[in-house]
Parts: sequence; structure tokens; C-alpha cells
Amino acid sequence: MRSSSSLSGVKLGTYYVVHMPEPDDFDFWRERARGLIQCDVPPDRIAWVEPGGSGDLFAHGKRRMPVPPKDAPPVRANRRFVSLARNAALHSDPERFALLYRLLWRLQANPRIMEDKADLDIRKLEELDKNVRRDSHKMHAFVRFRLVEDEEGGEHYVAWFEPDHHILRANAGFFMRRFSNMRWSILTPRGSLHWDGETMAEGPPADRSDAPSGDPTEDLWRSYYASIFNPARLKIGAMLKEMPKKYWKNMPEAALIPELVAGAQKRESAMVEKGTLEFEERPETLAAIDKAIHACRKCPIGQLDNHAVMGEGPQDAALMIVGEQPGDQEDQQGRPFVGPAGQLLDAHLEKVGIDRRTAYVTNTVKHFKYVQRGKRRIHQSPGAKEIDTCRWWIESERAIVQPKLILAMGASAARGMLGKTVSITKVRGEPIALEDGSELWVMAHPSYLLRLDGPAREEQARLFDADLAAVKERLEELAG
Amino acid sequence: MASQTILQKLEILADAAKYDASCASSGTAKKNSLGGKGIGSTEGMGICHAYAPDGRCISLLKILLTNHCVFDCHYCVNRKSSNVARARFTPQEVVDLTLAFYRRNYIEGLFLSSGIVKSSNHTMEQIVEVARILREEHDFRGYIHLKTIPEADAEIVHQAGLYADRVSINVELPTDSGLTRLAPDKDARQIEGAMGKVKADLVEAKDARKRFRHAPRFAPAGQSTQMIVGADAASDADIVGKASRLYDNFRLRRVYYSAFSPIPDASAVLPLKRPPLIREHRLYQSDWLMRFYGYKPTEVMQATEADGNLPLDIDPKLAWALKFREQFPLDVNRASREQLLRVPGLGVKAVNKIIASRRHRNLRLDDVALLTQSITKVRPFICTVDWRPITLTDRADLRSLLAPKSEQLELFAA
Repeated sequence: MRSSSSLSGVKLGTYYVVHMPEPDDFDFWRERARGLIQCDVPPDRIAWVEPGGSGDLFAHGKRRMPVPPKDAPPVRANRRFVSLARNAALHSDPERFALLYRLLWRLQANPRIMEDKADLDIRKLEELDKNVRRDSHKMHAFVRFRLVEDEEGGEHYVAWFEPDHHILRANAGFFMRRFSNMRWSILTPRGSLHWDGETMAEGPPADRSDAPSGDPTEDLWRSYYASIFNPARLKIGAMLKEMPKKYWKNMPEAALIPELVAGAQKRESAMVEKGTLEFEERPETLAAIDKAIHACRKCPIGQLDNHAVMGEGPQDAALMIVGEQPGDQEDQQGRPFVGPAGQLLDAHLEKVGIDRRTAYVTNTVKHFKYVQRGKRRIHQSPGAKEIDTCRWWIESERAIVQPKLILAMGASAARGMLGKTVSITKVRGEPIALEDGSELWVMAHPSYLLRLDGPAREEQARLFDADLAAVKERLEELAG
Repeated sequence: MASQTILQKLEILADAAKYDASCASSGTAKKNSLGGKGIGSTEGMGICHAYAPDGRCISLLKILLTNHCVFDCHYCVNRKSSNVARARFTPQEVVDLTLAFYRRNYIEGLFLSSGIVKSSNHTMEQIVEVARILREEHDFRGYIHLKTIPEADAEIVHQAGLYADRVSINVELPTDSGLTRLAPDKDARQIEGAMGKVKADLVEAKDARKRFRHAPRFAPAGQSTQMIVGADAASDADIVGKASRLYDNFRLRRVYYSAFSPIPDASAVLPLKRPPLIREHRLYQSDWLMRFYGYKPTEVMQATEADGNLPLDIDPKLAWALKFREQFPLDVNRASREQLLRVPGLGVKAVNKIIASRRHRNLRLDDVALLTQSITKVRPFICTVDWRPITLTDRADLRSLLAPKSEQLELFAA
């Protein structure tokens, strides 16, 4: 406590009442507080009354401020105190001015008190400051302007907002700097602001009904809000923490929240059903794959009237030959490469000297894709999506057989191995290293030869044999 | 196809953009529209104008220019072989939407990305055109984040940086093998090369501004990137290692993590189960440890379990402290700032408060309780004038004492 030797205008036992002209007038408070400190008026002798606040309790208090002595020492306040106090003064807590004065009083004796974060007054000041900053921040975020036409046919953006504290005037600058070339008004129950592009005007408290009730652009905004929301992740707590319900009534998008939350689970399960396939654990034996592919309906091909065709050959084969998909014959017989293309392949394999019985022969896509024309089923190439879906099965086969070399015949087979579509002419004849350590060779599908004739067919058959011969040579290298 | 309305396009192209995690609008150069012809300001702190029920903030109008794409990345909903509805905005339509939203205070600005149409260069030019119209024709001074395309020419990417506050290039996956498998059209070296080029531009522009006050700014909010977590086999240790290399090599402002989540029309090479959301959260926590708490990447990796992943039930800082118990308890009245930052339960703010307060008094346990969120979590690792946790740090069951009791409920557990 300061010595009371400088008491001149203050009588012991006198109470003072300070009536604030505005609830957010920090400068007025500072002026009064400075004089009272200089007159050594202790905090418990002052009542700070807001406009509209009750002054009756302090009927005996003096309204006339004491006059500080000429030799009174200057009032000390550090920068940290002033910056926190300026904000805390905007709080709606009726005790705020008393708290500020008490702290200013204590600061005179101990200028470093602001550093003591465990002090209760300091904690209270920081809490008020934090609440006001948060309220201002939420105002910057949640004010929603609605466009109306003004008297001259110009654009006028009007918002209705309900702040918790006396922050309107303090935040005028933010909206002015941001929307400086717009005409706008912000209406609140505590007062209003109007900016015409050049000057700021303050208005009286407003009512919600003074603000426009809608804006066509809000439909776009709501649909953006609904679309950017990811229903696969629902974190309602996180949303509520930052956007408490009290703000919802003035935000056009908030009306959608209950509906979005309710629909989220439904939407995700629909998504899973439509697209994301819920495969179980990878099958561990070829027999298990065989059984599973017969039940597979994960793409439209599986829905057709056909049978799955499983690969065949030794489980420890060094060579895996992969075709596109079963054809009509394969579908009927239930074995890969037994139709016309298979017979052609067999002939070429024999010519080059590869024993088909030592290879594991299979297809990228497990079911026959076709369109019915009369009695005939016409082959259709599988789509990229179908190949990717079916990749699950060929990968399972690869994991069990673990071939050293995979021979992919045709673009579909190549996609099944690489995940992307490649040009056969560009990649044929060269090994491509795969992730699991095996190597991939890509060549044409034998059915391609079937569609050619004359010199073109001869040329392609020669390339076909050359590719097979290169594979045979490489297999021998790998074996040796 | 019948022509779509703006509303229909917005639905498709916002839906397609929601897998980009970043929504930051902070840390850019301060600017406002006083004395200009248009609107917009950025004053340091970003503003989240709304929150969606997924808990994520909506700060920017985050859309794609188009979701047509010539690439076929398996984790991406917009890949070529996907059956989603497609749409395409003209640059002017994006500009009009951005301004209409900005004027009503819905957003801080624009985050524009795009599928690749025609060519990488063509797409990048269209993206830059949107930013050009906003900045030059409308004198828009709000925030612009442009996603750049690594395959595009450096000159066009440079243009993007001159208009944008932030540019970003997604590394997509934490490992090169994951990229080869799931994004066969992309090339890790090309992505990192493009990030390197952006970094060089950032450094050069900063240097130029030191010497010439009016030198043009280049992406004053820097560059960032995004990684998908849980789509390939990469462990948390791999991811943390990759992130720290990226921070070091390319001076990134942020590495974003996006937990792989089920996308419509997904490809079958994707994993069976989506990773728990908490994994993404743990990775962000580890990111924080490296950026604000002085942990080295190797130290974060020490917090991982045998499989290389961070524990899901406790946060990485607590996991590290439990592994290195000999470093605790620390005396809050004496320990250095660096040491205090390692105490589980003490954040940067709490540590600052402790250091300021202990100049005035010898802190007791009750004082620390006032300065922290939860004294129970902190108590086993600190000493105060009136407290020593002698029995606690030696207890073998300390982890179970501190781990949250109830299991996190997975809303959409399969």
C-alpha cells in the first residue's frame, strides 16, 4: 500500500461512483482511474457503473471526482496491462472495471505483477481478454452479409449478429479494411455500424427484423457446405467446440447440420456398397481363391450368366502366364486358354520350346464379359475399373505361386499387373521390375493374331515368337 | 450431356475437392483493400468461417476447376477410370463464385485445384488464369491457395506463385513404392523436383525484397504438401521420416496428413480397412512435436512401437516420456524450457506461464495446477516444492494409469 501522506482531497470513508458513458469506453475509464490512483483512493471505495446499470446501491457515493495533488507521482502501467485491459474492458462482466482498477492499484506497488500467472486477479484479467478476443474472432468469422438493393439501386450488404460482449465498435476497423469498397451494415442488439465506402457511422441497437431475411446466394453456399463435408468422418464435438450452437441461428448453412449428421452414416454405407469393396482377408490357398471367385459379384461382369475360371498349373511354377479373361469356350469348360486363342498359344509355346504344363496359366479378369447377339455371346474387353477390381484375385494368386517371371498377354493383363494402361509396342521385349521382386514381360495377346491375316499376321506371329523366345531365354537365366 | 447449372457444378467440384486437407489461410503477408478498387484483406491470423460436422474448418472456397482427369491414381475419386459425375468450371465462373462468397463473409479466399485435362500445362494455365482475373481485374486482396501441377512447366508454376499466397504440390504417398503402385502416372522425382523449384523461387523472391522494396512477392504464405496415410504399407516412422526430410529440403510451411477414407467408386488395390482417424491425429501431434517442441525426427521415431507405428491409445509425447523415464521427474522450479516442453501435459503456453511465474514464487503443485489443463497427467513427471512423484515413475503400470480409460468409439467401425 502507498503511504497516505499525500491524501489531500480524499476523506477517509468516502465512496466514489463513476458512471461510464459507454460500456466499451476504455479511454474514459483510464482517465478516471488515473485520477483516483493519484488521489490514493483504494479499490474498495469505488463503484463503476455502466450505462443502464443500477447506481442506487451507491446512492451515498460521491459523483464528483477528487482532484489529484499537484505533486502526485505519475501512474504506472506497463504495456502488457494496457493491452489486456483495453480488451477486457469490452467484456460484459459488470465487475470488469473494478478488476482493472484493482490491478492498476496493485501495479503501483509491484510493477512486475503481470508476470505472476498464478495470481487470481491476473488470471481473471487474462480470462476476460481471452473471452473478448474469441468473441471478436467469432464475429469476424460468423457475420453473414445479405445483399439488398439500396435506394439508388446499388448493392447494400447487411448482416445481423449477436455478440456476447461490447465488441462492435472495436471491430469496425476489421470490416472496413476488408470490405472497404462495399456498402455494408452490421446490426446488433448492442448497436449498429454502417459503412458507405468512405465513412463509418454508428447507429442505435437494432432488431433482428431490421435485417434482410435471405439472399439467393445462400443456396450456393449451403450446397457448398454440404458438399465439402466428408461424411466418412464425423467429429461433431470438434465442430461444436469451434462453432457453438448459439451462433447457428444466424448462419444460413447451420440449418443443414442435423440432416448432414443423420445422413452421414447412411451415406457412407451407401458409398461402401457402391464402390469400396469390402474384401475379407486375402485367401491363403489357390483352392480358397477358386471358391471365392465363384462367389464374386463385385463388378458387373460377375453379374452376367457365366462361371469364374480359375488359373491352373503347378503352385511353385517359375513362369506365370496371364491372359485377359476367359472366353466363351473357357467359360464353358472352366479352364483358362482352351479356346481358339489358347490353341494358338499352345502351338507357339511348343514351337519355342516352353512346356505349358510347367507354367501357371491364368487370367487378369476371372469372369467372361460378353454381349448376347442371338445365340452367340460376343466377347467384350473388360473396362479399366473392372480390371482394377479383379486385381485383388490375381494379386492373391501371385502371392501364393510367387513366380519369378510373369508373362502378361495383352493390354488388360498388363494393366492388371501395373495398375496403369501401357502400350504393348513400347514395353514389349524388356523386363519390368515388379514390387515383389519378380519381373514382368508384356507381349501381345494371341487373339490379336487371330484377328489378322496375310503378311500382317505373319509379321505379328514372328514378333510373338520372338517375345516368347526372349522369355524362355530369361527363364533359363533365372533358373541357372 | 445437358449443360449443368452453377449449383450442380459446385456440388460436384466441391465434393471432389474435399479430400484436400489444407484449409489454412494464415501466415501470409498483411494486406487490405483500403485505397484499392476491390475487396479483401489478410491480417496474419486465418479465420475459419464455418465448421462442417466432420470437425474441419471451412476457411476457403475449396474447389476443383474440373474433376476430369487423364491420370489414374487409385486412391483418388477423380481418377480416369472412376465413374463419378464430371463437371468443369470456366475460370470466370470460379471468379464470380469466389467474389460472391467473399462479399457475404463466407470465406477467406480461394483454394483452387484441378484434375488434369488436355495437358498439365493447359490445366496449370487455367488455374493461373483464375488467380489473374481475381487479382488484376477485381483487385481481390483475399487469400489464394493454388495447387500446382508438378508436370507443368516451371514458368507457369512461377506465375501461380506471383498471384497466390500459398502454392502446394502433393507428394501423395509417403513411399516411392506406394506412389508407383497407387499413382502409376506420377513420378516421385518429378514431384520433388517441382517442390525444389518452388523453394528456389521462394528464396529468390525473399532475397529480392530485401534489396528492392517493390520486388514482387512470391507465395508469401510459402508452400505446403499433403500425404495420404493408410493407403499403403508405410509405417508412422516412415511417414515422420519423410515429413522431416520434406521440411528440411523444401522449407515447407506444413505437411498435411489425410487419413485415407473410403471414396465412392474406389479401386480394389486399396486397403481393406480405412486407418483409424486417430492415426492421422497422432501424426499431426508428432508434427507439432517437431515444429514447436524441439523434438528431432529420430526422437519422434523412438516413440513408435515395434511395428513402427505410434501408439494409438496415448499421444506420442507421453509415449516418448514413458520410454525415457530416467529423464523425469523434472523440477518445474529449475528445469530449462527445453526440458519442460518434454513433460507430457505441458504445452508451450503452460511452459511459458511456468517460466514467468517461477520468477515470483516457488511453484507448488497447486500453482502448477492453475497453469495447466490437467494436473493428473503432469504430476507423475514433475517435482514442485511440495511434491515428488517417487513411487509413480517407477510403476510398471504407469501407462495404463495415464492412458484414457474409455476406448474411442469408431462411428463407422466396419
